[in-house]
Amino acid sequence: MNVQTLAEKLNLTLLVEGDLERDVTDCYIGDLLSWVMGRAPEDSVWLTVMGNINSIAVATLADVSCIVLVENAALDAEAKAKAEMHGVTIYQTEENSYSLAVKINELLL
Amino acid sequence: MSNAIHLHYDVSGEDFTRAGEASGSVKKRLKSLGYNSDAIRRVAIAMYEAEINMVIHAEGGFCDVDIYPDKVEVLLSDKGPGIPDVEKAMQEGFSTAPDNVRTLGFGAGMGLPNIKKYTDEMRIETTLGVGTNLYLTVNVK
Ligand SMILES: Nc1ncnc2c1ncn2[C@@H]1O[C@H](COP(=O)(O)OP(=O)(O)OP(=O)(O)O)[C@@H](O)[C@H]1O
Ligand SMILES: [Mg+2]
Repeated sequence: MNVQTLAEKLNLTLLVEGDLERDVTDCYIGDLLSWVMGRAPEDSVWLTVMGNINSIAVATLADVSCIVLVENAALDAEAKAKAEMHGVTIYQTEENSYSLAVKINELLL
Repeated sequence: MSNAIHLHYDVSGEDFTRAGEASGSVKKRLKSLGYNSDAIRRVAIAMYEAEINMVIHAEGGFCDVDIYPDKVEVLLSDKGPGIPDVEKAMQEGFSTAPDNVRTLGFGAGMGLPNIKKYTDEMRIETTLGVGTNLYLTVNVK
């Protein structure tokens, strides 16, 4: 399933548009950046509350398909600019990681 | 080997939101040279972790990269406080990161273990009060 379809089914709000055609094959949840860099599978949707500029670097390094800021976690201005520059797709939702991941599980099955 | 590509970067110790410039630039370069994506990912993540460490735990430094056809070698050098106990620092979860960087998502104590995981060779030379040299090798294919 691609990023755009997943986002539509989950009712996510688009904050930064990158490559929406990209495939999503997995999901990873985490806020500790080194943990994410060490463990997140490529092409994952990454659920986090970290909306700072370092998260954007981590998303590109770990090569995830998109970031979802859960529980309406904020994206700061610097991070937004960097995400736009690097084409990192970012969504936001009021749901928490658990409830969102349960739905993602059903969609990716 | 004579046909190495040599790259040099200064890593500013002031602003760690900018850390990642060296690894980002090396990543781009390797991509344009046609290296495989697994090798690129491993080099980029290891370098980023090391850059961040140089900014958070030392006061910045420099980074030298040698790109060979079959491997990438990186030296990250700082004049920071040094690492008192390398074995301990290498353990997953060990961190002396201050609270202000923890709120940004650093301080899991996973940086050095990640570097170990993603590289084929890793060597730390460190002297208290003098600084730290970190040598990394990632084999390509
Ligand atoms: N260049 C360095 N100079 C001095 N101390 C360092 C350096 N690099 C690492 N250390 C020490 O080693 C510890 C472990 O480093 P590591 O990268 O594994 O974790 P961290 O940086 O604290 O957290 P994380 O990388 O998960 O965000 C650090 O907390 C610090 O005490
Ligand atoms: Mg670290």
